Amino acid sequence: MADYHDVVVVGGGGAGLRAAIAVAETNPALRVAVISKVYPMRSHTVSAEGGAAAVAAPDDTLDEHAYDTVSGSDWLCDQDAVEAFVAEAPRELLRLEHWGCPWSRQPDGKIAVRAFGGMKKKRTWFAADRTGFHLLHTLFQTALSYSDIVRYDEWYVTKILVDDGRAYGVVAIELATGRIETITANAVILCTGGCGRVFPFTTNANIKTGDGMALAYRAGAPLKDMEFVQYHPTGLPFTGILITEAARAEGGWLINKEGYRYLQDYDLGTPTPEPVLRNMELGPRDRLSQAFVHEVEKGRTIQTPYGPVVLLDLRHLGAKLIDAKLPFVRELCSKYQNIDPVTELVPVRPVVHYMMGGVHTDIRGATPLDGLYAAGEVACVSINGANRLGSNSLPECLVFGNRAGRAAAVFAARYHREVPASIIAQGRDEERRLAAELGRRVEGHQRIADIRTEMQAAMENGAGIYRDGDSLTKAAHELAELRLRFQHAGIDDHSTNFNTELIAWLELGFMLDVAECIIDSAALREESRGAHQRTDFPARDDDRFLAHSLVRRQPDGTSRVGYLPVTITRWPPGERIYGR
Amino acid sequence: MAATEITLEVARYRPGVDSEPVLQSYQVPLREHWAILDGLTYVKDHLDGTLSFRWSCRMGICGSCGMTVNGEPQLSCATFLTDYAPGPIRVEPLHNFPVVRDLVVDIDDFMTKLPKVKPWVIREVQSPIEEGEYLQTPEEMDECQQFSMCINCMLCYSACPVYSLEPDFLGPAAIALAQRYNLDSRDEGADERRDVLSSPEGIWACTFVGECSAVCPKGVDPAGAIQRYKLTAATQSIKELLMPRSLIPRSKG
Repeated sequence: MADYHDVVVVGGGGAGLRAAIAVAETNPALRVAVISKVYPMRSHTVSAEGGAAAVAAPDDTLDEHAYDTVSGSDWLCDQDAVEAFVAEAPRELLRLEHWGCPWSRQPDGKIAVRAFGGMKKKRTWFAADRTGFHLLHTLFQTALSYSDIVRYDEWYVTKILVDDGRAYGVVAIELATGRIETITANAVILCTGGCGRVFPFTTNANIKTGDGMALAYRAGAPLKDMEFVQYHPTGLPFTGILITEAARAEGGWLINKEGYRYLQDYDLGTPTPEPVLRNMELGPRDRLSQAFVHEVEKGRTIQTPYGPVVLLDLRHLGAKLIDAKLPFVRELCSKYQNIDPVTELVPVRPVVHYMMGGVHTDIRGATPLDGLYAAGEVACVSINGANRLGSNSLPECLVFGNRAGRAAAVFAARYHREVPASIIAQGRDEERRLAAELGRRVEGHQRIADIRTEMQAAMENGAGIYRDGDSLTKAAHELAELRLRFQHAGIDDHSTNFNTELIAWLELGFMLDVAECIIDSAALREESRGAHQRTDFPARDDDRFLAHSLVRRQPDGTSRVGYLPVTITRWPPGERIYGR
Repeated sequence: MAATEITLEVARYRPGVDSEPVLQSYQVPLREHWAILDGLTYVKDHLDGTLSFRWSCRMGICGSCGMTVNGEPQLSCATFLTDYAPGPIRVEPLHNFPVVRDLVVDIDDFMTKLPKVKPWVIREVQSPIEEGEYLQTPEEMDECQQFSMCINCMLCYSACPVYSLEPDFLGPAAIALAQRYNLDSRDEGADERRDVLSSPEGIWACTFVGECSAVCPKGVDPAGAIQRYKLTAATQSIKELLMPRSLIPRSKG
């Protein structure tokens, strides 16, 4: 049987819930549903810590936020998208405030803002250092007041249904029961987040397996700028748990094993006791993570069982400031590292954090496939280009979640409930495929975890902070071999209720697609820009590569990469300058 | 020489297939920094792919991985193997919930109750966004701040002796979240939440055992929220005996 909604949102995090509310507000007559593989308040937005950027202070301007974002992106973002983003971000954060988000305040009751990396003005709104948690729960609880928003909690989408260049819905499996449903819709909005789990060491939650990117890719929509993977400079060793950039914005220092603030050696400015905007520890994430690699090469890092680390020094901030502004950092260090940052140095190393690339959308959140929209980390509009600035991603979820929701609502209202017979047939085929996979028994089978672990190693070795043609070619070969082994991966669990092994198998299939797109896009970009650093092509090459890569799936399953010009409105390509 | 492995005794159960839960033993590496969750993912990845449990953020904020560890409700990502050495460690689903499978429990009851307390900002008049933020001083925010820290992990429901006997009880987290909004200076909805909170399934069902606050991994004090609301409700009732409801000043929870 088939359920029908006017708009189906896949994913219930910041972007998904914002999109669903936008649909409900744009056109209350529309039936909107949110399908999520976890309960919405478990979504990975919950883990965002430092804050959300939007111009608020009297000394700040939209142009300055735009310029910081454009230069931070190494000029690969689309400037029309950035201008729309900075203009709408303040309104979105205020809306969250009206919905109850506990933004940290100044003594007079106004919103407080803090410094953040790569930003020339203080413009990052924060709820202590649990901004994502509060933002997500505010959105989730507010969404509960819209009783018309239907939720499919703990349903996993396996396929987007497409006929003649238009999306008509999805097929999804209910985890609790194993029930497989075709859920048709006039419009589908993907808000499934990123794909950090393609790499071995990531801040990303277990659920971040690139599902939405692979779903769109398989449905025929191109993925954009997939070679741009953000390493956050400060993750806890072993776990990869994020230590927020706010720790440095509040005055934390990064030091090597000699106690030296090493960033001064990498064209990021000179050290000062107090934090200076766009300087040293408040440089952009790509440059800081690259500096770490050079410190390793110079032998100035500390060896641990979990790899080399540098040290984050917060001791001079004192317990009072840390408890007021960085309580979660103290809790995480204590719980997962047995360290108190008030008195001890925190070992950190770069960790895969965010995907600049994603499903290609226009400024309204529309993909080239009619009826298919995307917003948040799964999408690439692009406001982030080659390197996202910290605290731009939460407002991106809101601004473009809202935009995608509104655009999808208008699109969906144009059509009656009309589902081609071929869609129902596709749905039945997918239901049969899933049922068959559930019964999958392979002799001498490959373990899912082994293939996953080897894929992650191939990605780190091939497409880490620095890449070159050889490392990428090797990774491509390894992925091809893993793809063959994946066909022989078996599933021990043949039961229908809450079969997490089947889901892990489906997720691995999606991750292999995404991994190949990353490698193929990276191999063809013969330049260094932002987070994509090629040791064999160390310079930025605007003549050849001031362009977005677009990777499309070919009928034979292989990928093909093309390019799309970058939109420049007011800021011609220039040098990225930090600390001088 | 210190032990290099520890035994997890994990509850396995498929309702409708198995007659009752059984404990299955697995040997997992005993390593520094390994949470119970790391032990379980080791089992899933290397020993037995059929074991089912929920997890996501592995940093104690998403609320997915609540389990009963040696009889106590815990976030399995924030509870460590070495603290239980030499073991064995018994890992069971959260108590007071129907089991879906192995360590996965059905929390639909909470998801149904939560909207009943209207956990969102209610205002008589919504100010336009253009007028800027509703002012709220840090002191005003402190009033509701700790109740806003609930991650919906369900540990408090698992520990609550009332919920185990009275399944209709709204429960600690839902009441704490109602108070989170009642005590928010931007909210004017306390009266709308009053009937459900003051009902027999609301605050009056609580016998103030305080287990909910003791097990909360985020330092929320649902028991305190409930006690505070009992006082508010009682005061409000006395006022109502003395004058018509329309004349009573708006309550703040």
